[in-house]
Amino acid sequence: MSSPCRSHWATWVRGLALAGLAAACRRETRQFDNWPPTASAAAVVREVDLQPGPPTRHVDLVGPYDGNAYGTGEGKRLYNQMNCSGCHFQGGGGIGPPLMDSQWIYGSQPENIFQTIVEGRPNGMPSFRGKLGTDQVWQLVAYVRSMSGLLPKDVAPGRNDDMQVRSQEQSTTKAQPGRSTLPPSAEHP
Amino acid sequence: MTSMLEATDRDRSGRTAASEAEVVMALEQTWRPEPGLWGWLRSVDHKSVATRYLVTAFVFFLLAGLEAATMRLQLARPENRLLGPDAYNQFFTMHGTTMMFLFAVPVMQAAGLYLVPLMIGARNVAFPKLNAYGYWVYLFGGVFLYLMFFLNTGPDAGWFSYVPLAGPEYSPGKRVDVWAQAITFTEIAALTASVELIVTIFKMRAPGMTLNRMPLFVWAMLVQSFMVLFAMPWVATASQFLAMDRLVATHFFNQAEGGDPLLWQHLFWFFGHPEVYIIFIPALGFVSSIVTTFTRRPVFGYPAMVLSLVGTAFLGFGLWVHHMFATGLPQLGESFFTAASMMIAIPSGVQIFCWIATIWEGRPRFGVPFLWAIGFVVVFIIGGFTGVMIASVPFDQQVHDTYFIVAHFHYVLIGGAVFPLFGAFHYWFPKVTGRMLSERLGRWQFWLFFVGVNLTFFPMHQLGFEGMPRRVYTYLPETGWGSLNLLATVGAVIMAVSVVLFLVNLARSLRAPHLAGDNPWGGETLEWATTSPPRPYNFPLVPVVDGRMPLWQHPDGLPALAGLRTDVRDVLMTTVLDAEPDSRHRHPPPTIWPFCAAIATTITFITLIFTPWGLVIGFPFLLVAFIGWAWPRGQDHQEQRRVEAEAAVEVAG
Amino acid sequence: MIPLLQASQFPGRHSVLEPAGAQAALIKDGLWDPMFVTASVTFALVVAALLWALLRRRVGGETLEDPARQRRLGLTVSLATAVTTIVLFVFLVVDSTVGRATTATPGHSALQIRVTGHQWWWEVQYRDSLAQHWVTTANEIHIPVGRPVVVELRSTDVIHSFWPPNLSAKRDLIPGHENSLWLEADSSGEYRGQCAEYCGHQHAKMAFLVVAEPSDSFAGWLAGQRDTAATPADSLTRRGQEVFLGSACPMCHAVAGTPAGSRVGPDLTHLGSRRTLAAGTLPNTRGNLAGWIVNPQAIKPGAKMPPNALSPDDLQALLAYLETLR
Repeated sequence: MSSPCRSHWATWVRGLALAGLAAACRRETRQFDNWPPTASAAAVVREVDLQPGPPTRHVDLVGPYDGNAYGTGEGKRLYNQMNCSGCHFQGGGGIGPPLMDSQWIYGSQPENIFQTIVEGRPNGMPSFRGKLGTDQVWQLVAYVRSMSGLLPKDVAPGRNDDMQVRSQEQSTTKAQPGRSTLPPSAEHP
Repeated sequence: MTSMLEATDRDRSGRTAASEAEVVMALEQTWRPEPGLWGWLRSVDHKSVATRYLVTAFVFFLLAGLEAATMRLQLARPENRLLGPDAYNQFFTMHGTTMMFLFAVPVMQAAGLYLVPLMIGARNVAFPKLNAYGYWVYLFGGVFLYLMFFLNTGPDAGWFSYVPLAGPEYSPGKRVDVWAQAITFTEIAALTASVELIVTIFKMRAPGMTLNRMPLFVWAMLVQSFMVLFAMPWVATASQFLAMDRLVATHFFNQAEGGDPLLWQHLFWFFGHPEVYIIFIPALGFVSSIVTTFTRRPVFGYPAMVLSLVGTAFLGFGLWVHHMFATGLPQLGESFFTAASMMIAIPSGVQIFCWIATIWEGRPRFGVPFLWAIGFVVVFIIGGFTGVMIASVPFDQQVHDTYFIVAHFHYVLIGGAVFPLFGAFHYWFPKVTGRMLSERLGRWQFWLFFVGVNLTFFPMHQLGFEGMPRRVYTYLPETGWGSLNLLATVGAVIMAVSVVLFLVNLARSLRAPHLAGDNPWGGETLEWATTSPPRPYNFPLVPVVDGRMPLWQHPDGLPALAGLRTDVRDVLMTTVLDAEPDSRHRHPPPTIWPFCAAIATTITFITLIFTPWGLVIGFPFLLVAFIGWAWPRGQDHQEQRRVEAEAAVEVAG
Repeated sequence: MIPLLQASQFPGRHSVLEPAGAQAALIKDGLWDPMFVTASVTFALVVAALLWALLRRRVGGETLEDPARQRRLGLTVSLATAVTTIVLFVFLVVDSTVGRATTATPGHSALQIRVTGHQWWWEVQYRDSLAQHWVTTANEIHIPVGRPVVVELRSTDVIHSFWPPNLSAKRDLIPGHENSLWLEADSSGEYRGQCAEYCGHQHAKMAFLVVAEPSDSFAGWLAGQRDTAATPADSLTRRGQEVFLGSACPMCHAVAGTPAGSRVGPDLTHLGSRRTLAAGTLPNTRGNLAGWIVNPQAIKPGAKMPPNALSPDDLQALLAYLETLR
């Protein structure tokens, strides 16, 4: 009488344990030798939904570094070294839009951010096509998502060894992503 | 106070065999260990807890040895691809952390927890529940660390975890947090064991065992426990600073916000250097015991030996900066630490001279434990010499963080701790298990280990001179370091074979026992006066001591003390200096609460890795566990009151 | 022939026991040699005493309680302790003397070089009163023979340690702290050095080369380094420069005289004149350079340079261009 209940529980416990283990392994992987580099950005991200034939189901691309602390940390390094902070500052925005709030002009999904970085956006966001390796872009994507708390806390970076100009990404509470209005200048012509 | 207890010579004609058998039977009944898994979890007997400690520490020793062997295979030839940088960094961090925190300190304290009560004629340690708690915390911490290692979350910033590399910016993820918390477990275990040993040694010695009649091993454990008490809080502080920097963005080690990465090094080495002596001093105690027994002569210069131990402990706290000579500290400051580092060679020298004098005077028997003691002297002094050399600032700045240092401290730690430990294992194995180990296999093991250690580590001095830095996962063929590294790997394989022989020896003795008597080596200290293995109450009658060599002074049987009750778990407390009977104490019965408290501690610590709310989450568990631990039991309480009343009446009388 | 010759010389001398500078010589001759002799003799004495004590023939009538014998033994132990103390004290005095000599401040004529540690390469800067005369290079330090050189040591990320064993002892590069050491080469030659403080994944492959040369050739080298990069002369190298500027390279690397000015990675203005690549890991040959550009992660896993999927033509043009940067 109790055995189905018990096996039910056992399955749950085992499933949870496995999920925990998988998350731990994924969080800590240091993947260096991604050779050959993954397909170019164009093959990864679709520009528009229009296509010949019936519409296919939209699949959200999961950023390969979204659950990976090392990749996210590398993204943070690139964020400063590639001078993203020149416009977005430490996430609060200035010349460019803020990255630590819940408002996303071009979408908060990894593929959206990937596309924003690779293709650039109107009003000043340059295209990094060919300037960054695909893996590096994905690392940046993971970091940008961590800035508004979209990554798990154990994956998001801690404080930097610098003057503290913002609270650490780990402590950012998750912002429910919303869509802000598209600035008119950014509309497709 | 003495009047309540009568000390009498155990006069065999006066005391009938029947009455002694009655006492033993009553004690057997009173101190009977509980059966089954439940009883095993509840046990608070110092011998079963210490045996678990020893077995656990030995398993960690084997794991860390396997890690070392894998690293040696990786370095056997240039540009080898057995381990990548990420794996290698985890391996060397785990090797260092395991050897220092999960093997060396616990194994020494475990030996102390097993032997000290037997050597001083006590029935148990002073705080048996705390003892059990310490073990469980240590076990859970070690298992947690290895579980995380197998999940690719093994720490990779070195056993020293220098910031900023171990800080939040350069070590993302939870690897370093796992390290910081895992060592917190072992710190707690070490602190409980040291408190345990200090109080046991001060308050529970057999009547007549004044401080200057204590066996040298007991002195060593006393000194070591005080060192643990003063050193461990520093690394606990440091590792919690690090955890806070990583979890809640404090700035202890962030230069830009007024912290300092060098603060970490000071805090860490203020623990880290005494740590070496925490490992080494009990080993000196082993050697003194073995040398005494195997030369059949009391150790020469007992006061000098004791003063050396104490002196080493004091000086050991004044050397930490010699780990930081390359950081560019002021020169005047550095020279103080040079002087202190050289000075510590003097007490070590005194002890070696005293042992040689002992051997010269005595009539040595070359049993396996004695071989290990001789091997210790030879191997350890090589490490000692290089240690004096690197006390020199300019020379240290050349060889610091090279393979010269790797050679140096492996000579010190293997020579100074592992050799005596294997000797101690052979020496006390008959007491613990009642069985002898094979002498033939023991000799093979010794010689293989001796050759292996020298073959592995001696070439490393030269590698350091040729410029090979520590902690490199590989090296270029052009550097010319290949052949010496291959030699070192061959030596490591020989060491591995030696350890396998040791395991074979253990297995043989367990399968086909060669039974040992009470005193197979003819030792002189009290542990040899009782049965092998000792009964749960250690001694049927509390022995009385009137010299440093009780068993040699009274070959026909020790004087003993009557007056302790046999129907309850009575233990005797004596005065700190002169060991005069002071009071009786009711020993606690087996209990599950230390185990529960350790589980609650584990829950708190592991949760703290992921969220600062871990303290709040863990608090109710800790509260329940410790309330359960301290819950007064009416019966015991009444009993204690009755004992006190009796004592008061007797004193008044 | 020349690359082969360079390959055979690589990676230069690298040993504490072959000093080529004053400091290293003081430590080797003034400390190591006497220490080694003293330690060997003491070791032999202690082991001999131990063996004698173990194996000496025991006479039948010896008793432990003989007080004269106890006194003699006590005297021997005290004497040994006294000798130990005296030897240690002498050593302390010698050590302090050598320590003072190795750290004595050099005269005004010292050359100043700033070395900055990065994960996992060395930035080398020769400063000058004129900012346009500053020279920035990487992983290769040229010094004049016979002139003291003060090396200022900084780090931008984690702790590294600067150590050219033939020339001087080591000193840590600690973020937020300014350290320095000075050294002087007695004879010209190439001396290898390597990072000595564990600094992460590629701690093993973070080497550098100190090139000591006569002062006139050093002056020539420094003058050459002040030049901006040569303008591409032929179509292949012109194409190579286009590839360089149009790909990911300028995101991290600088080439003076071109728009590429990033300070994230090593300065490549005179890459072709350097002896090694990837912080002393590879001899600077065309094949090695190609392999490094295409997939650095196969050579230094974890290094901060990403793989670059260039077409074969682009790669050849880029290599031709980089080789002109001498």
